[in-house]
Amino acid sequence: MASPVLVAKDYKPEVPSDWCPGCGDFGVLTALFQACADLQIQPHDLLVVSGIGCSSNLPGFIRSYGVHSIHGRALPFATGSKLANGAMTVVVTGGDGDGYGIGLNHFIQAMRRNINVTYIVMNNEIYGLTTGQVSPTSEPGMKTKTTPLGNLEGMLNPLALALASGCGYIARGFSGQPKHLVQLYKDGIQHPGFALIDVFSPCVTFNKHNSYTWFRERVYKLEEEDHEVGNFHAAMDKALEWGDRIPIGLVYRNPKPPPPLDVTDPALTGEPLVHQSYEIDGDTRRELIQEFA
Amino acid sequence: MSEPEVIVGIGGAAGDGTASAGNTLVLSLARQGIASYSYNAYQSVIRGGHSWLRIRFSAKKPLNHGDQVNALIALNQDSLDRHLQELQPGGIALYNGAKLAPSYDPPSKVQSCPLPIPDLAPDSTRLPVMQNTVAVGALTQLMGLSSGRLESVFEATFAKKPQVVQQNVKAARAGYEYASKNFNPLKTRLTPNDQTWAQASGNHLLAMGAALAGCKFYVAYPMSPATHVLEWFASHAQRLGICVRQVEDEISVVNMCIGANHMGVRGMCATSGGGFALMTEAIGMAGIMETPAVIINVMRAGPSTGVPTKTEQADLNQAFGASQGDFPRVVLAPTSMSDCFVTPSQAFNVADRFQLPVIILADLLLCEGSETVATEVLDVEFPIDRGELITKAAGPPDGEPYLRYKNTPSGISTRAIPGLPGHLYVAASDEHDEDGVLLSDVYTDPIRRKKMVDKRVRKMSTILKHLPAPVLEGSADAETTLLGWGSTWGVIKEAAEQLNAAGDSVNHLHVKTLIPLHIDEITATLNRGQRIVIIENNQSGQFARHLRAETGIVAHGHVRKYDGEPFEPKHIVAGVKDVIGGQEVVEVISTEPGWRTDHPTGTSGAWDGLKAKKPSVPAKN
Repeated sequence: MASPVLVAKDYKPEVPSDWCPGCGDFGVLTALFQACADLQIQPHDLLVVSGIGCSSNLPGFIRSYGVHSIHGRALPFATGSKLANGAMTVVVTGGDGDGYGIGLNHFIQAMRRNINVTYIVMNNEIYGLTTGQVSPTSEPGMKTKTTPLGNLEGMLNPLALALASGCGYIARGFSGQPKHLVQLYKDGIQHPGFALIDVFSPCVTFNKHNSYTWFRERVYKLEEEDHEVGNFHAAMDKALEWGDRIPIGLVYRNPKPPPPLDVTDPALTGEPLVHQSYEIDGDTRRELIQEFA
Repeated sequence: MSEPEVIVGIGGAAGDGTASAGNTLVLSLARQGIASYSYNAYQSVIRGGHSWLRIRFSAKKPLNHGDQVNALIALNQDSLDRHLQELQPGGIALYNGAKLAPSYDPPSKVQSCPLPIPDLAPDSTRLPVMQNTVAVGALTQLMGLSSGRLESVFEATFAKKPQVVQQNVKAARAGYEYASKNFNPLKTRLTPNDQTWAQASGNHLLAMGAALAGCKFYVAYPMSPATHVLEWFASHAQRLGICVRQVEDEISVVNMCIGANHMGVRGMCATSGGGFALMTEAIGMAGIMETPAVIINVMRAGPSTGVPTKTEQADLNQAFGASQGDFPRVVLAPTSMSDCFVTPSQAFNVADRFQLPVIILADLLLCEGSETVATEVLDVEFPIDRGELITKAAGPPDGEPYLRYKNTPSGISTRAIPGLPGHLYVAASDEHDEDGVLLSDVYTDPIRRKKMVDKRVRKMSTILKHLPAPVLEGSADAETTLLGWGSTWGVIKEAAEQLNAAGDSVNHLHVKTLIPLHIDEITATLNRGQRIVIIENNQSGQFARHLRAETGIVAHGHVRKYDGEPFEPKHIVAGVKDVIGGQEVVEVISTEPGWRTDHPTGTSGAWDGLKAKKPSVPAKN
């Protein structure tokens, strides 16, 4: 039975998104609708998993299966889910606090583990839901409610970290340029392994520093430059670029991506785990017992 | 009752091969119908230190490791010094006479059995572990058993190395023959019979029991004493089609486990108290998302790192209090190693049927100790109850919108596995309505918030009949009821028998299902006006407090132990006698006469050290 062609509004639920007017996350969400429509992913074949934070409310605002888990733990939850049902397209969404702060260990491990999920981080360089505290990606010197004299700590660089952690698809987008984002999402979802898309998603309420204007004045598209996406060292140079010019676009794609964990795990070579038989026959059972006799 | 038994103690440094010597002995006896129960007291070192493996053998299945040893195999001088004096009259001490000598006179009627190892096993100069084989051969002879079964174990263990089989068979025969010519056999005679036994640790039984109960996903971070669950799963993953992952920490472990369960597979994880602490936030998520999950805490002596190689039942409060807020959960404490085999199937079935987290509270004693289990007890098909799980659908149910969290009289809603058309929903850690849409984002909604809390909690109203109720053992009108929970079932049972034999009147009530508690059954048993004595392996009486909170019953006396070592029957007998004598709280402690307080690795115990023993034979250095 041929399914009718899906369009972006098929992913838009009745529940309206409740981010602040002007929030960068709207652009992230509408671009995701378009990417899913372009790839013709059935809503029931899509699982969107998040942690906690403004951006982690996203699964409630897209028509698909969703999980709104706990702070920082979206990636482990999504990893378990993908291993259990590899037939689902799994997209993980969250913010910089969720993924690069409290969940940082899982972020690195998920890339090293190469689980086939697409991780979209709405990076606004601030803690928004808790009303404006410093984040791991806040710039040094930035004044927030918890750094009244300016941020004394350095910035976490998610792209460089992803490169060092073996991530095979690394991109950066800007929610002010949603069409560009759509392509990054589509390529990320189709990448056979862990894909990171870090998205500048301005917090118009609590981050007056990294505003739309601030980003617009700085970002440029790597696609418009002579950037070799398969060159690790060139990618690292771009990942480290920060200041008057900040690159967005596909930073790195492993030209020879290793198969992801949900393919290499010996239990997952056949149909999805959830559809496999869980019964062990009597002969096997007796063999197991015999190992102890 | 008095089926003949032999309690063997094997002492040595870590790396000396105590465990493999014990294992050989256990398997060879199991193959002639003789059951055993093993407990290994060891320390957290990979090489060196002291490790003391006790194995109790009897044709009647022993339920604990007993009070005192009959036969000692000392693999080093330290072990001989520590344990020689523990031997019961009629006991035997086996050791390498070429290297070791008693530092003091053995207790009266204890036979010293030096084995000339270099003569009996010339290989031993190159392979010191051959002394173990010689000793095992000698002990087999002194127990009055034939050596054939022992040789069959070598053949199975070293199936791929015929040369090693020959080496071991030769050494065992040499030990066997030397013992027959030079030593007097033990008076107790074990009775070979046709029963077939499997010998397994609680960890292995938890793992195999879970696999046979349909567990398809196992994830863990290595932590003693739960690591062997992971190792069993890892070594059987491919064959049984189970996805087994070792991941970065227990936070990741439990979230992956819940993530897999959310998709519809049976997933399980195991850890110890420290790892369980990291899991607690996510356990609450499973509660509010109504996702089944089975989480094992193999308790060890805490708090914090505590005593990683020692046992305790002190994580009860932690299991009760795991995660913030009110939500339904089940806590089960297996009562024996065999019960470790059954518990995962019970846990999975209630987790699936009631859509909630189930915590299994096992402990080091059960999980690292091992016992023989009749093979027919293991060769059973577990009933698998997935509850109201929807695994196939072409569209929405009966044209109605699907409500994942539909408010039903039972509190249980149908659970569609993600991936089905027409059943889209968000599972949220935030409070949500019946359709899964968040309530936390509305200004306020007391009616719906209360409705959803009530819906979840209502599931607990029908769950009790699906969980094992406590059973009273012994005379219903005894003067004293011994009340225990979890791993202490076997040792309390034997203590009760000893007390009754000594003229006291006791029975035994044992609790496995801690949350929810079978309040009616427990109250009916305990309200006859008898003396109630609670026996538990912790300092503060965590179960006593739980019982009082749930039933209002205040026990008359308490026997507690928190020195790291498990109860032995004698501790309970002595403790209960003190309670009968009027003491309210009796703290018992393992004070084997051989354990020296002056030894850096020793445990507490009043012993004067070697000087007081006036050695008649000078110790060799």
